[in-house]
Amino acid sequence: MALPVNFDISKTHLLSRKKQTIVAILGVTFGIAMFILMISFMQGVNKFLEDTMLQATPDIHIYNDLKTDYSVSVAGEYFNNPKQLVVVHHPKPKQIKLNIRNADAIMADLEQNSSVAAVSPMLSTQVFYNYGPVQINGFIQGVNIIEESRLFNLSEKMVVGKTENLLTTDNGILMGSGLAQKLNVKTGDLVALATPTGSTMRFRIVGIFKIGIGTIDNVKSYVNISSVQQLLGKDRSYITDINVKLKDNKLAVEKAKEFSRKYESKAEDWEFANSSVMAGNLVRNTLTFVVSITMLVVAGFGIYNIMNMTIANKMKDIAILKAQGFARKDIVQIFLSQSLVIGFLGALSGILLGFTLSYILSCIPFPSNDFIGLKYFPVIFNPKHYAFGMVFGILTTFVAGLMPSIKASRVDPVAILRG
Amino acid sequence: MNEILKAQHLHKYFHEPEDFHVLNDVSLSVKEGEFVSLIGKSGSGKSTLLYLLSTLDTDYEGSITIKNTKVTGLSQNALSKFRNENIGFVFQFHFLLPEFTALENVMMPARKLAKFSNEEIESKAIDKLRQMQMDSFANKPSGKLSGGQQQRVAIARALMNDPIIIMADEPTGNLDSANSDIVFSILKELATKGNTIITVTHDIDFAKGADRIIEIVDGKIIS
Repeated sequence: MALPVNFDISKTHLLSRKKQTIVAILGVTFGIAMFILMISFMQGVNKFLEDTMLQATPDIHIYNDLKTDYSVSVAGEYFNNPKQLVVVHHPKPKQIKLNIRNADAIMADLEQNSSVAAVSPMLSTQVFYNYGPVQINGFIQGVNIIEESRLFNLSEKMVVGKTENLLTTDNGILMGSGLAQKLNVKTGDLVALATPTGSTMRFRIVGIFKIGIGTIDNVKSYVNISSVQQLLGKDRSYITDINVKLKDNKLAVEKAKEFSRKYESKAEDWEFANSSVMAGNLVRNTLTFVVSITMLVVAGFGIYNIMNMTIANKMKDIAILKAQGFARKDIVQIFLSQSLVIGFLGALSGILLGFTLSYILSCIPFPSNDFIGLKYFPVIFNPKHYAFGMVFGILTTFVAGLMPSIKASRVDPVAILRG
Repeated sequence: MNEILKAQHLHKYFHEPEDFHVLNDVSLSVKEGEFVSLIGKSGSGKSTLLYLLSTLDTDYEGSITIKNTKVTGLSQNALSKFRNENIGFVFQFHFLLPEFTALENVMMPARKLAKFSNEEIESKAIDKLRQMQMDSFANKPSGKLSGGQQQRVAIARALMNDPIIIMADEPTGNLDSANSDIVFSILKELATKGNTIITVTHDIDFAKGADRIIEIVDGKIIS
């Protein structure tokens, strides 16, 4: 009985029609629970994809892009007549150098940069892996394995052998697990590689890694950078790519722009390099919010209906309360508080149910798959989602309850009391 | 005796279903402790007049003063507060809140006023119920009471904040004669104890028991 009289009335109203109240609460509960479940799962998927992607993509990738600027042509000089229009179909470049100019200086500069965590030079080339009479297409990356390991946490991805083996063995190679299976090789075996230009070299397998992305594990191998330089017949300064890991990968977009300007090379951030995955994230997030909001709006209409019915049934009560001296704001308080109690209880049980469902989902094994290294359904538990669900649930019921409450406060007592 | 209610030149129009001049230049004054009956035929405007005097209906011309307060022109919030403190209502259809017990119904105006603690309010409410000989029904849901019992609870509720005026709209209109007599004797008794009562009725016998009868015909006071 300690409640103020308005809330006492509101409590009595809620308790005198328990069934209706519970149905209204359940509407909000399911809306919020589904929101929590969906967003936890979708964000889990997003996070999983992002993590997987970051295992294979550096935060920033600096390389020398093919120039496609053909605005200047020797044809113009040759014909050298301003009255003639010279059209050259399908021009081709004379010579392309794919290496980064002054790579050593750029790397030294990057090492000094305070936002950079690690820098790894890379020289990659297409190769054919010779397997008896068959040639399997793939590529090798010449790297400084210690730096590369820092970037992609390679040592954790090793199935057999260690990354350091590459340094201790002459012409060693770390091979992707899918590729090793195709070639039917084990550590210690020799494998012959041929480049598109025709040169060949033999490497000894010193380790096998599995990143968990089929398209990489089936085609990629790591060797020392000098081996690739040797294979391609290039000097020791010949580097095609520099991979950079930042301390905070959210800064990648702006840092990539900065590096691109500074080093006069193409610098690509991970978000751009994986724009299809990022687009997927956006689509999933949008979907989650659209579906959740729809469910909450439906729950909101349920509450709107129930409040309207309640108020229609309570016309006499409203008139009598007004006659006794309850002001309009008291009437709004009485009915809006009912709606808010429904919203609060609904949202609270909704986030509890949502948590339970998310937890159960996170314990269900993911169907096993060679391409995706996933044991359980990916679910993340972010307190922000729960807070959002709570606020959103209460907000919906507030809006749904406000209009009927204001309508109730406008009831003309005279018309009702006169009968 | 002091004049407690004064109404001057009241005009009231209905616009639905068609324009209709319900009250035409009505003036009256009521003294403290007076028991006044408003009588008239159905549609004469007697109930309309009561609702104007009670401050529930504010759509009129003229002015109403209750105990030195000019209520005409006050805001809705101020009027709500004024009603809560100064006016007790009894209606034809008794209108208790059905989910609450008789006691809770009686306590409600005082809890709204919030001048006293809950314990004080409760003991006062039981007091008022006892006055109506309804104290044994205090904890019954009001929906379970008979019409006559409900009306007595409603009167107890009207008295709860010790109002200046009790306004009753056909308080016996929905009751059998036995209950009518009980309600009438209660009102009569309240009047002798110094309460000011204005009641609307079309029951001539009931009206005859009042100190003064005001008869309204076609929106005008004729006696």
